Amino acid sequence: MNEPSGITESHIVLKDGSVFEGSAVGAEVPSGVTSGEFVFNTVLTGYQEVISDPSYAGQVITFTYPHIGNYGVNAQDNESPIPHCSGIVIRDLPRRYSNHRAEGSLQSWLQRNAVPGIAGVDTRRLTRHLRDHGAMAGVFGTAPIEELKDLAASAVGTDGLDLVARVSDPDPQLLASSTGAGRKIVALDLGLKSTILEQLMRLGSVQVMPCSATAREILAASPDGLFLSNGPGDPAAVAGVAATVSKLLGEVPIFGICMGHQMLATAIGGETFKLPFGHHGGNHPVVDLETGRCEITSQNHNYCVDPDTLVSAEVTHRNLNDGTLEGFRCTDRPAFAVQYHPEAGPGPHDSRYLFERFADLIDSNRTRGGGSW
Amino acid sequence: MPKRDDIKSILILGSGPIVIGQACEFDYSGTQACRVLREEGYRVILANSNPATIMTDPDFADATYVEPLVPEVIEAILDIEKPDAVLPTLGGQTALNLAMDLHNSGALKSRGIELIGASAEAISTAEDRELFKKAMQEIGLATPTSAVAHTMEEAEVICGDLGLPLVIRPAFILGGKGTGIASTPQEYLSVVAHGLDASPINEVLIETSIAGWKEFELEVMRDSADNCVIVCSIENVDPMGVHTGDSITVAPAQTLSDVEYQQMRNSAFAVLRRVGVETGGSNVQFAVNPQTGEQVVIEMNPRVSRSSALASKATGFPIAKIAAKLAVGYTLPEIPNDITKKTPASFEPVIDYVVTKIPRWAFEKLPGTAARLGTQMQSVGEAMAIGRTFPESLQKALRSLENGRFGLNCDVGERAGDDLGVDELKRRAPIATPERIFDVEALLRLGVSVDEVASITRIDPWFLDQMLMIVEERNYLESLGTGIQVLDSVGRADWKRAKRLGFADAQLAYLWDVSEGDVRAARLSKDVEVTYKTVDTCAAEFEAETPYHYGTFEDSTEVAPSGRDKVIILGSGPNRIGQGIEFDYCCVHACFALEEAGFETVMVNCNPETVSTDYDTSDRLYFEPLTHESVLDVIAAEQRSATEGGGRLHGIIVSLGGQTPLKLADTLPEELILGTAPDSIDAAEDRDRWGALCAQLEIPQPAGGTATTLPEAIEIVDRIGFPALIRPSYVLGGRAMEIVYDAEGLAVAWEAVTGLGSLGREGGLSAERPVLVDRFLEDATEVDVDAIRDSTGEVLIGGIMEHVEEAGVHSGDSACVIPPQGLSDSTIGVIGDYTRRIAESLGVIGLINVQYAVKRVSGVEGGGQVFVIEANPRASRTVPFVAKATGVPLAKVASRVMAGATLGELRRENLLMPPSMGSHIAVKEAVLPWDRFPEVDALLGPEMRSTGEVMGIDSTLGLAFAKSQLAAGEILPTGGTVFFSLADRDKAVGLEAAIRFVDLGFDLVATEGTAEYLLDAGLPVKQVVAKVRSAEGSRTDPVHEAAGAVDGVDLITGGGIQLVVNSPRGRGPRADGAHLRTAAANNNVPLLTTAAAAVAAAKGIADWTTTDLVVRSLQSHHGSPDPGSTGP
Repeated sequence: MNEPSGITESHIVLKDGSVFEGSAVGAEVPSGVTSGEFVFNTVLTGYQEVISDPSYAGQVITFTYPHIGNYGVNAQDNESPIPHCSGIVIRDLPRRYSNHRAEGSLQSWLQRNAVPGIAGVDTRRLTRHLRDHGAMAGVFGTAPIEELKDLAASAVGTDGLDLVARVSDPDPQLLASSTGAGRKIVALDLGLKSTILEQLMRLGSVQVMPCSATAREILAASPDGLFLSNGPGDPAAVAGVAATVSKLLGEVPIFGICMGHQMLATAIGGETFKLPFGHHGGNHPVVDLETGRCEITSQNHNYCVDPDTLVSAEVTHRNLNDGTLEGFRCTDRPAFAVQYHPEAGPGPHDSRYLFERFADLIDSNRTRGGGSW
Repeated sequence: MPKRDDIKSILILGSGPIVIGQACEFDYSGTQACRVLREEGYRVILANSNPATIMTDPDFADATYVEPLVPEVIEAILDIEKPDAVLPTLGGQTALNLAMDLHNSGALKSRGIELIGASAEAISTAEDRELFKKAMQEIGLATPTSAVAHTMEEAEVICGDLGLPLVIRPAFILGGKGTGIASTPQEYLSVVAHGLDASPINEVLIETSIAGWKEFELEVMRDSADNCVIVCSIENVDPMGVHTGDSITVAPAQTLSDVEYQQMRNSAFAVLRRVGVETGGSNVQFAVNPQTGEQVVIEMNPRVSRSSALASKATGFPIAKIAAKLAVGYTLPEIPNDITKKTPASFEPVIDYVVTKIPRWAFEKLPGTAARLGTQMQSVGEAMAIGRTFPESLQKALRSLENGRFGLNCDVGERAGDDLGVDELKRRAPIATPERIFDVEALLRLGVSVDEVASITRIDPWFLDQMLMIVEERNYLESLGTGIQVLDSVGRADWKRAKRLGFADAQLAYLWDVSEGDVRAARLSKDVEVTYKTVDTCAAEFEAETPYHYGTFEDSTEVAPSGRDKVIILGSGPNRIGQGIEFDYCCVHACFALEEAGFETVMVNCNPETVSTDYDTSDRLYFEPLTHESVLDVIAAEQRSATEGGGRLHGIIVSLGGQTPLKLADTLPEELILGTAPDSIDAAEDRDRWGALCAQLEIPQPAGGTATTLPEAIEIVDRIGFPALIRPSYVLGGRAMEIVYDAEGLAVAWEAVTGLGSLGREGGLSAERPVLVDRFLEDATEVDVDAIRDSTGEVLIGGIMEHVEEAGVHSGDSACVIPPQGLSDSTIGVIGDYTRRIAESLGVIGLINVQYAVKRVSGVEGGGQVFVIEANPRASRTVPFVAKATGVPLAKVASRVMAGATLGELRRENLLMPPSMGSHIAVKEAVLPWDRFPEVDALLGPEMRSTGEVMGIDSTLGLAFAKSQLAAGEILPTGGTVFFSLADRDKAVGLEAAIRFVDLGFDLVATEGTAEYLLDAGLPVKQVVAKVRSAEGSRTDPVHEAAGAVDGVDLITGGGIQLVVNSPRGRGPRADGAHLRTAAANNNVPLLTTAAAAVAAAKGIADWTTTDLVVRSLQSHHGSPDPGSTGP
């Protein structure tokens, strides 16, 4: 009997010099080094959706739940055609998966999609470190530890990087409504998740346009509503989108999610700031200030809108954990947005009513003849 | 919404005695509710008949009624206390059913009292199988195809429509009582009949069997603003077909993708909304077809349940506490999360570890019962373990069960399974049993594939492959060889891998044939040591304020330095017959008392049902197995914490958690043991040392000796004579104890004691662990004493309890009375004197329990010769009962004494006050699990079989006894016919009982010999019953011929008997008269198996029928002013 084989040592080194031991999983990286901004996500289910969410571009995702890969992967649960995250950190990658929907293992999916990973890590220690010191740049891989240390010192995070341009699909596409509803929605792709698209298609036909689309191009599609999608990185570094949005405010009803929320805020003069370690998980309580109801929400953001910088806007949602802004609406124009993910995927479905709210906004705007808000 | 101020006082209903399906989880939930509602300023009234609970401590409510949980008693309480509301959702099925009775009779409405927590309508929608099924159809959720029957005829039609196999589920039941799967028409009729009988409304749901599907459970909270959260998801390792309480379960769910999980979550919320659970916690069970993912709703409980306790301990989210707050109007966002302090309770806990729960059964105590698991719950307790991965938590949970196993095999216990071979293991594996998990490991180790084992057992391959990882690691470690030199070749990576898969040092020691100490030393030399992580509800996203830890093998530990003086308290592990909630009560009181005295308290335990494992109870909680390795690890961690923080580890308390911690005592550093020294514990256990001590003190003992072979035992009996008491040493709860009356009985008992089974597994007989053979004293009254001795030598006699049943019935199964009613002052004086001398000579510091037999001497009322039976220098099962009866907080006093205080000091602190034995009499009665195990002879004997206890308290012995019977579920008849069948030695006492019954207007029937005796004494005997089925055969005598004997079983079955008094000649498992007892049990006819109990019952009936029902709170009994009664 041989010692369990196939284990390749791997290490994480953070920018502050902290080292974590583990073993390599997922795709092999020829250089033996992967760098990115380390964040953690606390979901218990939905690893495939998280890893394939374009909003994680430039980031290394630490999963706090120890077993990742239990139910395999399947074609329906992808949030984008290819993952954009830099890598994943987990405690344990089960070699056997079990689920009637599974089409393959997470390990082979990571390899196929060129996502490197590290397993066997004391992920709780890493999570506590990120909680106490903030999301942090760093490197991981099978390269010699000294090399990793050198590279970690110069690793960069996502601040100041326009990652939206990197993940936005340059080719526009038109998708028919899944319910036959007659609305026409333009979705600005800042890193659009498939689940959002599915929810929008229930409301009407959806024209997906790249983040570089101009106001004129958008209006040329004669939309009944404009949707601003989620997306990765630092909102302050995203070029052009906020300016485009500001031109469309009042022209067409707008609904934004996550990065879309930050773009709408920026468009009306608001400012964003970076949270210490962000919100990444499926269990954050958010109160809808209008109804007083509490929703358990899916969240994934490192940056937040400062409510004090918003004018002609009303705060509609707040995070009950830390009181941060989770949603607002413009008081003078038909536009609203939330910071969290009402579409879920993964996460609770408590907030899907917001898509209905968007449909209502579109419909009332149409009966009003538009522009007369 | 803020809390309601339109209600000022609330009656909380408890769950009564511990029974199978309803254990101390409701003490945990009820205690939390009492605390919270009092903190909120409500006047709290509590009703619970179980004296062993923490919630019934007078400190926890404004008025505490230890009274039977029956509607008329509760109505009496309502009349005195006039509460504004009744909260029934924290006291299990008992409280829920009681609330429904009170609602249906109009008792609440007529008094203007509101039901809070769940409305009557919601309760019936959830509990009534037919209403529930309709409700699910309305909201579009699938349930198994089913129909409802109220009669056998309806059931036969349904069987024709649906086809076998079918599952039968009675309405309004607990722990799957009366539930079953039927595959043949014969089974079907029998299960339906049982089911109709088990349902209080004679209703069963009959559904198509989905045995083999995967089973899941979601714990849900909902508030009055319709905010809903899932606290925890649970996946069962055992598939559908095994009651969830008897299944190995894991949190969180492992094999659901987010898509399926969210579908289940949405369904669970829809269920709560439709059923109408407006506030509080509920659980919803689902089955999932593993091939298609189809989800069906199985059932829901509109109350806090056993699973809620598990979910609370698994996540750190205190469901009961929050349910209580929601019931009084708060909403989830208004309630803070205790653990983080900064975030609200309106969130869904996430965890970064895996929790495994494994039930513990007591089949070895119930001969005649097949150890086969099914839809009816049979386990008596459970252990939970936390690990970072499933393999680690599984192995930890297995060794937490404390049945001699150290994990998933890889110990001596595996040999029994391995010897069976692959074919036999495969044949056994489809049937769920307590041993199946070990068989599964053996199959995998013997090379059977995961897929094949999955198809045989229907256990999900994910779990099996995780077990296979344990197997493969074991095979690798085994390949290293054996002997001490192996330890040098084990590298750091090997150690880390093995420990991360949950291997205990003891398992590795077995594998390498070295000592556990050597394994530990070698491992520590490679710097592989346990680290402690924290249960924090949020996977470290927020800082946790609560030091609730579990051990695992990672990089960093989270135990904080402490500058305080601390005491570690070892808990009692999983509940089992003989060691249950009473010991948790003692441990919890130690926490409270020591905390009040300024110590930092550290609790170690692995039972998720208990108050001791509530993170609020101690300053630090380690949710860990009570094994040598884990306890040493905790000691090391706490010593380090003390060193770093400038504090000090004052010591460890091992004597409050029953046999579990006591067994560890001599493996722990002696200087750390607080209280009685391990050597004194040994002196009381060791037969020779104990005998010498009694001789030196000139305290009489029954004659006896020790034997390791049958001839040795025969030699002893030749010397001392029959009857003799046979028992193994070092066991609790009278395990395998028997009274034998002849040589044949001795041989049978010897076989049972020394044979295989758990005793054999725990090491078997040896010179160190011989069998004790003692003369059994007949016609003796048994007396129990709980006392405390301090370091100055002062001995406090806490309570003297006189048993109702005579010596020979295990003290845990016997009813007993405080103060003693049949002992003279001089006998009590002798008992007190002996107790003091024994405590003194053993050097006891803390509690001691001494058992005596007072041999009756004719002509001396209440007198006789006092023999000492045994002494245990530790907390006994009766400590909470004594405390409730006398008002003296014995466990608290003992804890302080062990930590160094003197009784004098405690008096000055007012912790120790004189007992308040005013005018009341308290009777403790045992509650037995016969209704769950119809095959077992319902007979009391020296082996303990009760699962719980109740207390009756009133102004006379008769009333207190009657209340205790009522509380235990035995409703004594007030008229009709009593059937006597007595062993010769019981006839004199039986006559006294019969005279009393005749005076009360009862008719008598009796078996021949008994009838003759009663007739000779001039009593009328209506009918003489033949003992046709007994070994004695029928005799022809004048009585028989004159009266014409009838068959006893026919009489009982025919409904002509209201009470059976049957005392058998022997007390073995197959004692005579078993058919009569079985008939009584099957026909719900109250049964008394001792003449003494019959006398007590007659007194009880006499007082009960002539006196109005009086209920009184403990606070009032103990004379302390009821703080709430005067009103603000």
